[in-house]
Amino acid sequence: MTTFDISQIVLYLTVLLVLIKPVGSYMALAFADTPNSVNRVGGKVERLLYRLAGVHADDQMSWKRYAIAMLVFNLLGALAVYVLQRTQQWLPANPQHFGALTPDLAMNTAISFITNTNWQAYGGENTMSYLTQMLGLAVQNFLSAATGMAVLLAVIRGFTRRSANSVGNFWVDMTRSTLYVLVPFSLLIALLLTSQGVVQNFKPYVNVPVVQTTTYANPVMDAAGNPVKDASGNPETKTAQLTTQTLPMGPAASQVAIKMLGTNGGGFFNANSAHPYENPTPFSNFVEMLAIFLIPGGLCYTFGSMVGDRRQGWAILATMLLIFVPLAYAAIGAEQVGNPALHGLAVDQQASALQAGGNMEGKETRFGIAASGLFATITTAASCGAVNSMHDSMTPLGGLVPMWLIQLGEVIFGGVGSGLYGMLAFAVVAVFIAGLMVGRTPEYLGKKIEAHEMKMASLAVLVPCVLVVICTAIAVMTPAGVASVGNPGAHSFSEILYAVSSASNNNGSAFGGLSANTPFWNILLGMCMYLSRFLLAIAMLAMAGSLAAKRHVPPSAGTLPTHTPLFVTLLACVVIVVGALTFLPALALGPIAEFLMSVR
Amino acid sequence: MSKLLRNALTMLVLMTVITGIIYPLAVTGLAQTLFPSQANGSLIVKDGKPVGSMLIGQSFDDPKYFWGRPSSTTPQPNNGMSSNGSNLGPTNPALTDAVKQRIGALRAADPGNMKPVPVDLVTASASGLDPEISPAAADYQVARVAKARGMSESQVQTMVNMSTTGRQFGFLGESRVNVLKLNLALDGH
Repeated sequence: MTTFDISQIVLYLTVLLVLIKPVGSYMALAFADTPNSVNRVGGKVERLLYRLAGVHADDQMSWKRYAIAMLVFNLLGALAVYVLQRTQQWLPANPQHFGALTPDLAMNTAISFITNTNWQAYGGENTMSYLTQMLGLAVQNFLSAATGMAVLLAVIRGFTRRSANSVGNFWVDMTRSTLYVLVPFSLLIALLLTSQGVVQNFKPYVNVPVVQTTTYANPVMDAAGNPVKDASGNPETKTAQLTTQTLPMGPAASQVAIKMLGTNGGGFFNANSAHPYENPTPFSNFVEMLAIFLIPGGLCYTFGSMVGDRRQGWAILATMLLIFVPLAYAAIGAEQVGNPALHGLAVDQQASALQAGGNMEGKETRFGIAASGLFATITTAASCGAVNSMHDSMTPLGGLVPMWLIQLGEVIFGGVGSGLYGMLAFAVVAVFIAGLMVGRTPEYLGKKIEAHEMKMASLAVLVPCVLVVICTAIAVMTPAGVASVGNPGAHSFSEILYAVSSASNNNGSAFGGLSANTPFWNILLGMCMYLSRFLLAIAMLAMAGSLAAKRHVPPSAGTLPTHTPLFVTLLACVVIVVGALTFLPALALGPIAEFLMSVR
Repeated sequence: MSKLLRNALTMLVLMTVITGIIYPLAVTGLAQTLFPSQANGSLIVKDGKPVGSMLIGQSFDDPKYFWGRPSSTTPQPNNGMSSNGSNLGPTNPALTDAVKQRIGALRAADPGNMKPVPVDLVTASASGLDPEISPAAADYQVARVAKARGMSESQVQTMVNMSTTGRQFGFLGESRVNVLKLNLALDGH
């Protein structure tokens, strides 16, 4: 750990914390029903959209109607993305003439984008037409994030409404999230990114002659397109000359902006935010890192505002930071140490004024160790999943951090909306545990927490855990699951565990050595993504419905205050204990075993 | 139910128009007006023709050129059509073998230089297209390039310095040397 590494964490958190209040109070205005400066400007567009869609903005929905509207809207979205991928060869804006995707890959990608996961079993620059990226993938980047915010708003109303049988209107919440928050913020971020060199055009790819002609070993293919193997089973190669380079193009900036802001993470190009056209400079990297935490962080403030006690929002934010900061420190520290396997070789891994040093395999020079390690921690604390370094090549302990952050349930900032409602489920569990200790009925934000709320909170907490554990077991016991790993030994188990954790918590990043574009993985992970996202959302909406129906309980002497350092610590402990108890055995078989073997 | 479907379908279409058509076209319009060079790939143009991009690395293995980050893209390195890292795990013997082989190639091109090699020069980048190396990695190669080109080391060092970017605003990211820019400058010398 160098002082520069530490300065990057401090700088990032300072800028983020300065932005929390303005962004949070802006969003509180954007979601409000009462006339204000935000909806005075956009109200006309908003009302026009409702009129065209036949939506009555004042139609208050029960939690069940709200959940059904959300499910139907997202299913239609998935269908649209699926059809676009299967028919892109006949549609316009496909200058590279990419063909249709296979059904299992198209299904996986459609689910991936509607669930805000953005797991990618394809490479953008050699698979998706500009039209598919724009009309399918980028649209769902917006709408899945807006869905997350809508569900969060319904959950907050569960706490604020008294003796009510409704939690809001899904269409209104979704429209306001998109129109007032996601689109204007994305526009600003997209322009900042383009100024740094992120491409934004509709031109065909550019061919350039290379400065030096080089040779490379080109694998020989048979007539069917399969690699030919020699007598000893190695792929046969033929020396080929490299005289030109193809530069990919496309409307990347507009998509990259929302992919970060909406905590989606689906890269325009295969290398995601490591690609120089997707993240060209340290400043673009800083903007992208800020964009990831901007809304999840700001929503904590919005939440405090909406429940009428800002301290409640700051307490949640403090809990998130309490877990985030040590883990960011750990990840950067582990990467800065470098790879022990290279110690015997003539390699200089020492940080100096002239180089970042450390474990540079799978990292970009402009980001070095600090900006790569910090990005990896941020993108997995939030359910973003964009990457600016290859997590598969991180040191065992450096790679453990992102994996465990995902397994904590994506509540340390987490997804847009979904991170906070996930954290509220943990908060309900925490007040319940505190209530058990003193023998009183637990309360949170003036609502009694009873059996139904506890069942729903437990469901929300446990669904991803159960999916990760069971589906990892299925994958390691299935030949088709094991056949996809790209590294030997304990690391191969890490690849599988990471993939299932990522899908089951809607993160979307990967230990990319796993070849995930096979029917087995496409179907297994597609199922994990769908179940986790919507079972959780439905459980939280059900909790919101029953909370909204309750009367308000004024705080008494026996009420546990939920804005104090005591509660912050308790909540952080609950999150860590659930994550540690569930996953420590699995982590011991993967990254921890690999670490012990690497230092022996 | 039919009302719900109508709501959902119309909303999806309207939102697709706003976020999938109006938004990206607005960004394209603004980007092409305000930052045309960046929006079109930061191309390096020579005699009216693009010869590369400031942001996309090319392959070099001639001693007279500075070499960039190793690239793990397939089938050829620095393949713009298929960005990727090696995804080799830290304890994978294939990683150690690849690093050994790269050290061997650097030493074969520069006999007598037994200094330890800066780590970024022997490890694959994340994108496989990294256009830059650390100043340490450039330093390591200055003597070789100078010898191969019959230039003095200080001449080459001056050109390295001209292609070096410090930390952005002095406090973000890492100092780095743009390899393609440097090699084009050397060729034009």
